[in-house]
Amino acid sequence: MRKTLLNIAMAAVLSVPAAAHSADSAAIAELKQMIVEMKQQHEQQIQALEERVGQAEERAATAEEMAENNESTVAVVEEQIQAQSQTSDNSFNPAISVVLQGGVASYSKDPEEFHFEGMPLGGEAGLHDEGLALWEAELIASASIDNLFYGQLTIGLHTEDGDIEVDVEEAFVDTLSLPGGFGLRFGRFFSALGYLNEHHTHAWDFADAPLAYQAFLGKQYRDDGIRATWVAPTDNLLVEIGAEVLRGDSYPGGGNDNNFGAVHNLFMHIGGDVGEDSSWQLGISRMDVDVVERSSGGHAHGHGGDGPVFSGDSDLTVLDAVWKTALAGERALILQGEYFMRDENGQVTAEDGDAVFNYDGEQEGWYLQGIFQFDRRWRAGLRYDRLEADNDLVMLSNTTGEADDDIFEETGFLSGNNDPHRWSAMLDWTPSEFSRLRLQYAKDESRGETDHQVFLQYIMTLGAHGAHQY
Amino acid sequence: MKSFITKVLWAALVLSVSQNAYAKLNVFTCEPEWAALVKELAGKKAKVFSATHARQDPHFVQARPSLIAKLRSADLAVCTGAQLETGWMPMLQRRARNPKVLKGRDGHFESARHVRRLEIPGRLDRTEGDVHGDGNPHIQLDPRRILKVARALSKRLQKIDPGNEQIYKKRFQQFNKRWKASLVKWKKKAGSVKGKKVIVHHREWIYLLDWLRMKRVGSLEPKPGIPPTISHLSDLKQRTADLVIISPLNDKKPSKWLRKQTGIPVVVLPHTVGAVPNSKDLFAFFDKIVHQLVNKVSK
Repeated sequence: MRKTLLNIAMAAVLSVPAAAHSADSAAIAELKQMIVEMKQQHEQQIQALEERVGQAEERAATAEEMAENNESTVAVVEEQIQAQSQTSDNSFNPAISVVLQGGVASYSKDPEEFHFEGMPLGGEAGLHDEGLALWEAELIASASIDNLFYGQLTIGLHTEDGDIEVDVEEAFVDTLSLPGGFGLRFGRFFSALGYLNEHHTHAWDFADAPLAYQAFLGKQYRDDGIRATWVAPTDNLLVEIGAEVLRGDSYPGGGNDNNFGAVHNLFMHIGGDVGEDSSWQLGISRMDVDVVERSSGGHAHGHGGDGPVFSGDSDLTVLDAVWKTALAGERALILQGEYFMRDENGQVTAEDGDAVFNYDGEQEGWYLQGIFQFDRRWRAGLRYDRLEADNDLVMLSNTTGEADDDIFEETGFLSGNNDPHRWSAMLDWTPSEFSRLRLQYAKDESRGETDHQVFLQYIMTLGAHGAHQY
Repeated sequence: MKSFITKVLWAALVLSVSQNAYAKLNVFTCEPEWAALVKELAGKKAKVFSATHARQDPHFVQARPSLIAKLRSADLAVCTGAQLETGWMPMLQRRARNPKVLKGRDGHFESARHVRRLEIPGRLDRTEGDVHGDGNPHIQLDPRRILKVARALSKRLQKIDPGNEQIYKKRFQQFNKRWKASLVKWKKKAGSVKGKKVIVHHREWIYLLDWLRMKRVGSLEPKPGIPPTISHLSDLKQRTADLVIISPLNDKKPSKWLRKQTGIPVVVLPHTVGAVPNSKDLFAFFDKIVHQLVNKVSK
């Protein structure tokens, strides 16, 4: 019985999996079916999705294309806007800039006593005010006037003995459209004489003028007049020839009694490149001045009463040369020199007409300087200046009771044995195109005794940055 | 003797004048990339001169005598504009006494006027460094913009030299075809640089980044035109970037320092045609840029 029961039980136990097995295989088949169906479905879905993705991609591509087209339309519109803004900004308003120059000057000798023996100072010649001072403030406005003319105005503000002087430094018009390489300039301008004369003082490499500029040009010569230039149609070499007729009101002129100008200047520039990194320019100019009653400060500036007055002829020849080499790493070397030769002939009236003498002067002066630029910001420079005067003086009448030689010396026309000369060294720092700070030391021997001069100078440009000439 | 000198002078003058009286169009370009473009578009019909070479920074060029002489006899001046040449070109234009190449005349072509410029400042202030009111002028670094300039320049050539109109048209069509094919090639090759973060030395690369869709995350110069400072470089150390781009003109020290500190690789790319070896024409120029970029990024 027990055996039967066990058998039954065993059979039952054994039969369960058998039954289960038959049930399972049905389920598995069903599952398989389902999976196949799902697979098919998914495949369809995937296909549909893929299709949709494909469509989306296509749409995206078209959209991108459209966007690109739109972008180019936007670009065209923006270009128009940009073009318009450009014309309204640049063409109708003059470019205006302000240049501020000043600093500290220190001298071991009295700067009021600054003079050259035999070459009495005139014009603006003289040293910077001792101590802290604003040396110069300039307001420059320039623009093309129309398709024919370009104009520029420079107003200078200076302090003279505590008073503020407003001065029209430059006010000139250039022609733009004359054919054949010709050009005219008229108005008030810096004469094309030598190299530095045409450059504004803020573009100079030293804090003060070369001695030759102090002696022969009253620091810098500018006047009212007209200039004609012609640029030859040469290929690589610049050949520029020009002539100027100027009024003669400012030093070295002495006044104007001639409708055709008292100052005539002829000049020529040639220049070119050597290799890819070096360039040069040579200049020669010859200026004839019909001097009418030119007064000069004589020995002591502001001596009181009228100083000596010179009338006659003054001829000045200037040779100038510049060499610039760009080196790797924003380094550069600039060499520059000018040679002046002056011949003056005429009569000097001194002591309110009580003394009159003949003056025949042969004078020369030159300077040579080198500037080395270490990088975009730092530059150092060295300059040597020298002057020489050889004057023949013959007293014509002297009713002052003083000795002739004393009068010659007091008027400043007596040339001495000492040739004025000077060494200058400078270091400047240019943090941007618009600012520059400079430290300069000079050992000035122009008065026979050594004057140690130290300058700390700042040059600041506000507003438009004008293009600099070579 | 005097009459002999006068004769020699006259002979020299006549020779120099007749030397210039050839049929070729005299083209003065401010930068080498425009000289290269004129060569593509005009071929032998133009005599091309570039005022600057690849080792010069076009911001700082002297208005030197030879340039005055060159501009004096030019029929066409091609410059970037957007105030890039503001420190010297106006002076040359006034001194050269050549009405043909004055602003506004047909003989004066400014490339930047023919494309959409980026980085037009909303506010002009010099404390922001050397910014250009008309936007970033370094458009030569985007080949799409080059094509736009080429189209406008070809039209200008046709206008001022109508005798050779058909030649200019044909040359532009050829250029257009070649350039478009190259554009596709470059874009495909440079696919891997898309989205990369870049630190630049000067901000001249914006048009390249715009084309290849790279991101500028900083520049070594704290302000445009102001040399890198230690404190600014230290700030840059904190940023994550894939690449530093400099040009052969830039000082190598700042980028080297940053690479040592952060390991960000530095790539020297030509900023103009001829700035590095094997970049003599516009095609080679962009070949070189793409090649260098991809090389650095895949390393």
